[in-house]
Amino acid sequence: MPDLACPVRRAALAIDLLAIDPGLGGLVLRARQGPVRQAVLDRLYRLPLPHRRLHPQTTDETLFGGLDVEATLGTGRVTQRDGLLSSPSTLVLGMAERAPPALAARLATALDGGAGHILVALDEGIDEESCAAALCDRAAFHVDLDGVSPSDLPDLEDPDLTAARARLSATPVTVDLHRQMAELGEMFGIESLRGPLFAIRAARAVAALQDVPLGTEQVEIAVALTFAHRATRLPETQDQQEAEPEEQESREETDASDGRNGQEIPQELLIEATRALVTPDLLDRARIKAMRGATGSGSGAVRKGNRRGRPLPSRPGQLGSGARVDLVATLRAAAPWQPLRRLSAPDRTGLQIRPPDIRLRRYEDRSDRLIIFAVDASGSAALARLGEAKGAIEILLSQAYARRDHVSLVAFRGSDAETLLAPTRSLVRTKRHLADLPGGGGTPLAAGLRAAIEEALAAKRRGLAPTVCILTDGRANVALDGTANRRQASTDAIEMGRLAMLNGIEALVLDCGVRPEQSLKSLAQAMGAPYLPLPRANAERVSNAVSAALRD
Amino acid sequence: MKTPFPFSAIVGQDEMKLALILTAIDPALGGVLVFGDRGTGKSTAVRALAALLPPIRQVKGCPVNSARAEEVPDWAGLETAEVVEAQTPVVDLPLGVTEDRVTGALDIERALTRGEKAFQPGLLARANRGYLYIDEVNLLEDHIVDLLLDVAASGENVVEREGLSVRHPARFVLVGSGNPEEGELRPQLLDRFGLSVEVASPGDVETRVEVLKRRDAYDRDHTAFMLRWQAEDAAIRDRILKGRVQLAELETPAETLSDVATLCLALGADGLRGELTLLRAARAYAAWRDDTALTRKHVRDVAAMALRHRLRRDPLDEAGSGARVSRTVEEVLA
Repeated sequence: MPDLACPVRRAALAIDLLAIDPGLGGLVLRARQGPVRQAVLDRLYRLPLPHRRLHPQTTDETLFGGLDVEATLGTGRVTQRDGLLSSPSTLVLGMAERAPPALAARLATALDGGAGHILVALDEGIDEESCAAALCDRAAFHVDLDGVSPSDLPDLEDPDLTAARARLSATPVTVDLHRQMAELGEMFGIESLRGPLFAIRAARAVAALQDVPLGTEQVEIAVALTFAHRATRLPETQDQQEAEPEEQESREETDASDGRNGQEIPQELLIEATRALVTPDLLDRARIKAMRGATGSGSGAVRKGNRRGRPLPSRPGQLGSGARVDLVATLRAAAPWQPLRRLSAPDRTGLQIRPPDIRLRRYEDRSDRLIIFAVDASGSAALARLGEAKGAIEILLSQAYARRDHVSLVAFRGSDAETLLAPTRSLVRTKRHLADLPGGGGTPLAAGLRAAIEEALAAKRRGLAPTVCILTDGRANVALDGTANRRQASTDAIEMGRLAMLNGIEALVLDCGVRPEQSLKSLAQAMGAPYLPLPRANAERVSNAVSAALRD
Repeated sequence: MKTPFPFSAIVGQDEMKLALILTAIDPALGGVLVFGDRGTGKSTAVRALAALLPPIRQVKGCPVNSARAEEVPDWAGLETAEVVEAQTPVVDLPLGVTEDRVTGALDIERALTRGEKAFQPGLLARANRGYLYIDEVNLLEDHIVDLLLDVAASGENVVEREGLSVRHPARFVLVGSGNPEEGELRPQLLDRFGLSVEVASPGDVETRVEVLKRRDAYDRDHTAFMLRWQAEDAAIRDRILKGRVQLAELETPAETLSDVATLCLALGADGLRGELTLLRAARAYAAWRDDTALTRKHVRDVAAMALRHRLRRDPLDEAGSGARVSRTVEEVLA
């Protein structure tokens, strides 16, 4: 069995398997640019198809081909252009985490179409940024090269792929592959059936590569490669007794399935093979994904600003699928040159329009708004009015729903802050998270602010217009480093407030303490934010105040 | 390009399959909305539908698939009046599509090279008399949604832009699919879909094994697999054709009308569209089952898919509306 612990070897094996069976869809390579990634990319020559590079802004014209406007204008004859998707090829998508949902949807359709494309998505995302879920789901393999040092690059062998390809359909199978994969998929909490399907294909490809009948070892490798990143839970084994209710359930399932049929491959073996590759933070990531509904950006993408909104004067520009020509302005630009151009090309009839005449329409559009609620769930606030704050947020949520705003929820209590809900429009989920929000502990105001600022900056990068709405009673008593130090805590909070202001984040400070709090007033000042004391308000009034402050 | 996965070979997901078949029997039902998780066979089912649908007769080369030569729009510039058999169009509307592509726009190619003002038809023209499929419908940009609503309501696409003035019929069955976790759909568009179904990954191992087996067979031995299911697809197609004939002859008894009205009243479904769709769906269902009379059972069976998306929704209500419909059906039509 090849050594699968090294991500580079895993990636190399994945590439070989893709070369044997392009039906595996592709490989998502999560890595920053560098020698390690390059070493893997150098292996792409082994894929039998021509390479095409894509970038997140790739237009429809480039993908599907169409009229070559520049050439057509230049020659006066219709010139068509081939698209990148018109023949089977290896599509290398750089900066996959920036790919807009529209591009992801098109690539997903191309992969579904069965034309034989292979997708290699280079995901350079940091933290939660990641390649569109629609693409990750359709690529069999996912390798994270993080933490591999360039000095550890292994020497890779080059097995004969042509022979392996020829063997692919003839390799005998000695295990009940389908049932095995279905059960394993369930144990790892893999909802989508694409996971098990890919595992089956991968197992066949591994067997063909190694020129052996398909047996335990091949299944093990295939499962390890295709399941590790899809797992949303780990099956418990007997020796691990961290009793979380969810995981206990899954263990029972394991036992049940073990009892039902004597399989040829012990489940434990396969589980171990996968478990070895499941990175420690994977489940955290899965949790984050589940929290945010696995949507990369979806509805909150940047408005391109050439289709809707307030019209701006037309500008010279290039034709492309995303642009709309301002016909009148184009004609106006071309008109003065007509006599001259007729002289130089007397045999052409009609208007003579050259590429520099093209004028494009532009519109100014406001991007979607995101309201980040930073809620103080500390003991003091809980005593005072956590319930009221929750009520107010619920009312605001209904309004946000009507205005199609996005909302996100950050709670701080005890020693740290936590992003309970990444930006979403799903009201039901927000409501559920809010209802589950417990109260108690210290007030780490600075940590809460920091989490909200991070959230706001991430949202800005995605083209949303964030507003931070802080609900607190303002008695900060836990500093950034987690120690209970009232003095340090307020200094930290003010510091964070300044940071928010420096980053140009719109904010709003709601004082929900029993009496107006002086320190909160200075915090609001530091943030350049309106300060709203709400002594003894009901939920309705909190919401009205926020609406009024947001309206401008 | 491979032939799509056969419709009859899709394991389970009976409600979704039934909803799609009902729209094939009665296209006036107004479309299907399929909501569910990734990898549950949503797009597979819709793409399979294209191969399943009975062919239509249309004028050769007509951009709006007209049935008769006199219906071909002037701007198409067709000279032939030959009528040929063609597949029912199933048109994909991709996310991020521009308005021009949907409605059609000035044919830039002809404008630039020949100096002619001509209309280049868009996706709505191609979808006429067929299906328009929107994957991830809940992520579609709002202005495209508005446009689709407008056309779906009027059955006609009117283009007044860049000096063009063109109108052509655009009657299509709207099929949308999406994942509700990624965003919600505006109620106006929701209401526009005749039927709504919710799909989930099959829960038990046996079904999942069967899905894997069939998909694997489809991938590995494509020709044999398609042959194996061809007959079953053809059987469904025949039933659809028979159902269409049956539908025209089906009488609607007065009791059914009152059943439908009572049910919608009890549920507080908005507008009359709910009643009309429920009645149509029940009729199509009876025709599909080859039953000669419309009974209460038919109404009961299709109530959930015809009504669950029409209830006045409290956005903070967590219980699914499907459950509410079945509860009310139990009470009212006991």
